[in-house]
Amino acid sequence: MNIGLTHYLVLSVLLFGIGLYGTLSRRHAIVVLMCIELMLNAANLMLVAFSRYVFSHGGQAIVIFSLVVAAAEASVGLAIIISFYRQRKNIDIKDIDLLKW
Amino acid sequence: MHISSITPEFIWAILWLPLAAFAVIAPLIRPFPGKAEPASFISIAAVGVSFVLSCWLLISVWNADGHQILVNGLNWLSITNGPVFNFGLLLDPLSAIMLVVVTSVSLMVQIYSRAYMHSDASYRRYFAFISLFTASMLGLIMSANLLSTFIFWELVGLSSYLLIGFWFHRPSAVAAAKKAFLITRIGDIGFLAALLLLYSRTNTLDILTLNSSAVTAVLSGSVLTLAALGLFLGAVGKSGQFPLHIWLPDAMEGPTPVSALIHAATMVAAGVFLVGRMYPLFEAAPHALTVVGIIGAFTAVFAGTMGLVMKDIKRVLAYSTISQLGLMFLGLSVGGVWVGIFYLFNHAFFKALLFLGAGSINHATGTFDMREMGGLRKKLPWTCACFTLAALSLAGIWPLAGFFSKEGVLAAVWDKQPVLFAFAIVTTFLTAFYIFRVVFMVFAGKYRGEQHLHESSKSMLLPMLILAVPALASGWLNANGGFEGLFEGHATHGFLEGIVGLLAHPLAWISLATAGLGILLAYVMYIKVWIKPDRLKGGLHPVYAILTRKYWMDDLYENLIARSLLYRGAFQIAQWFDHVVIDGATNGVAAITKAAAKHTSRTQNGALQLYALVAVMGALIIALVVILV
Amino acid sequence: MGMNIAFWVLAATATAGALMVVSMRSLFRAALGLILCFLSIAGLFITLTAEYLGIVQILIYVGAIAVLIIMSIVLTRDIEHSNVPSPYKLPAVLGALSFIGVAIWAILNTKWDNSTGMAFLPISPKTLHTESIGQMLFGQDSLVLAVEIAALLILVAVIGAISVAKEK
Repeated sequence: MNIGLTHYLVLSVLLFGIGLYGTLSRRHAIVVLMCIELMLNAANLMLVAFSRYVFSHGGQAIVIFSLVVAAAEASVGLAIIISFYRQRKNIDIKDIDLLKW
Repeated sequence: MHISSITPEFIWAILWLPLAAFAVIAPLIRPFPGKAEPASFISIAAVGVSFVLSCWLLISVWNADGHQILVNGLNWLSITNGPVFNFGLLLDPLSAIMLVVVTSVSLMVQIYSRAYMHSDASYRRYFAFISLFTASMLGLIMSANLLSTFIFWELVGLSSYLLIGFWFHRPSAVAAAKKAFLITRIGDIGFLAALLLLYSRTNTLDILTLNSSAVTAVLSGSVLTLAALGLFLGAVGKSGQFPLHIWLPDAMEGPTPVSALIHAATMVAAGVFLVGRMYPLFEAAPHALTVVGIIGAFTAVFAGTMGLVMKDIKRVLAYSTISQLGLMFLGLSVGGVWVGIFYLFNHAFFKALLFLGAGSINHATGTFDMREMGGLRKKLPWTCACFTLAALSLAGIWPLAGFFSKEGVLAAVWDKQPVLFAFAIVTTFLTAFYIFRVVFMVFAGKYRGEQHLHESSKSMLLPMLILAVPALASGWLNANGGFEGLFEGHATHGFLEGIVGLLAHPLAWISLATAGLGILLAYVMYIKVWIKPDRLKGGLHPVYAILTRKYWMDDLYENLIARSLLYRGAFQIAQWFDHVVIDGATNGVAAITKAAAKHTSRTQNGALQLYALVAVMGALIIALVVILV
Repeated sequence: MGMNIAFWVLAATATAGALMVVSMRSLFRAALGLILCFLSIAGLFITLTAEYLGIVQILIYVGAIAVLIIMSIVLTRDIEHSNVPSPYKLPAVLGALSFIGVAIWAILNTKWDNSTGMAFLPISPKTLHTESIGQMLFGQDSLVLAVEIAALLILVAVIGAISVAKEK
């Protein structure tokens, strides 16, 4: 059986699901950030697969922007984590509960 | 001499002037120091002009076609596809005469008050309230619509409340004011119910329309009787008739001029006026009219007996007022409008004079207790003269005003209801006795108090002397049938013939003899002391106890009805309902909200991942819905 | 055939890397799993004839972001045992599984508008190449404005990151 679009999509969904699980369940903020990167990558994979499927460069171009956003997100997110760590001396995500204020 | 007819602007002015005086004085009641005198001048000037205009109006009504002037007034309440209420004025002999009575007595009382209230700190408040009362009373009289009548009816009740409680630092005055307000409110419920009933049947509250629909039998049967009884219940409350009379003696806590104006001459007569105003309606409901007569006759005797034993001069006069109002209702019931209103007309002057005299006596002796008076004849000659004149008039001695009005009632009741005649004649006797008991206790004998006595100032004596004129002579207005003719259009007869001619009738001699007997008894008991009042008191102890305790009516209301029935009964249930149901409902809602909040607030814990989880679940649900639907 | 083998191998390594991220107790090993996953995805890009993106993936994700993450990890303490689950583990599993289920169900039930079904059509190496992506980003009627904005975004993000992480 030849590899088709479905294989890539299912793989992408699996990676995304794993990332989602990690984002929701890990206590360490850096792991959460890593899982978010994982989810972004899964989305990128899906975009490229569609791009290949329909013979268009649009998907690839969007992946370029997605990379830019991922880089920005990683830098700002890690900066926040560092800042938070400096104040609390740990980065347990259950301590990041400022949303209730 | 031809006097041109009054124009509507001037008729309105009768009402607006005292109201304007109130509006000008009222804002200055409290915080402004300085002379208070101008307030009284404004108020007196306003009511003075109103008085002159009222006299002009009376003449105009006399000359008008059908003795009636209608002023179509402001359309002050109109509901789309619904009723329209006009605030119009209805001027007929009844209201014109009442206007003259109210404005003249109000004018005299206010002039008197300038001296009487001279040293009172609340001088301006007093005149503001008096002006408000006068305006409301005039509005009540002139209204062409029962709804506006009712509004003014409540307004005079309010001013009465304010003036009874004028010295609000005295707990007894506050209690009396509250009592007056609550008791008259019971009557007003009847009035209001009658208004609703009449409106539901006729879709109008216009007085003339209602009266004519009663005459033409548009309104009839039990509805008419119920409506008439409702109106009469309002009158009973306002005019202090049995069983709602208990507020009026307590209302004497107010300043004495107020008692003269409101609780003797004008406001308490509003009930009589109301029955007179709706008289065609009452005539069409003969049962209701009979009830009016019976209540009136009973009250006349009932209140008169209590007047026998009171030691407070103002309370004697208060019971006298209740008794006389009873006679007015009796007169209305059996003799028609003119009999009752003629009595009202005369009574207003001599009773106001009696109260002003009592105020003058109080000024000299500092008390209202007759046991601390006596022998005031020599020190207060003018007061004594005026008071005695008014007392004679009240007793119904020929040729004073009271004689003529009483004759009207007696003659009518003799013709129509011989049973009630006994009540009337007993009342005559009682009246003569108790008022001369007052006269002899106050003016004869030796002074028993310790005050330095002095006659009142001229500004207090002047209004009394002026009022003495109508107290003497107002009855003569009907000598030639003029007063009666204003209402009934009878043929008139000669003036002298009218005054003397009544004496040819045996009834006149009966009434004169009865009154004379009363005076004689008072003379025997209090001057000659052939019969010692104290020994009589001992001999008739049970009766005396009943009278001094006012037939236990106060106890009935306060202990039985108010305390036992309402406070321990109905109000306990209401309180239970309040505590358990109302409070329970509100507290329950609050508790449920609080508990719900306590639980839901746990979701708002700020946990980042929980929020993300919820967002994912939401997105999944949306995706499922989009896919499946 | 070669493509098939490449896909299966890369898919396995990518999934394994992803599972490492969420299961390793050591932060450092989790980061290594992430790098493994990134590299596999770069390889998958190449199997999809997106060579340029594969290179960029390695440069940016592996070279920049992964390094940044590892730098952050070494700045915090207790690296060895800190990747532990939170109280929401079970709901997270359920959420993730139901997402996977819904998404796969949707993929399998979609009617793809292509006569060939799910298969990729053959493609000459010339039709999808780096130059055409460059044309798309910078050429005529291109996304050049979006590229400029993306540059601005990353500038702002970097300045913000410095400002946030700066020692007060």
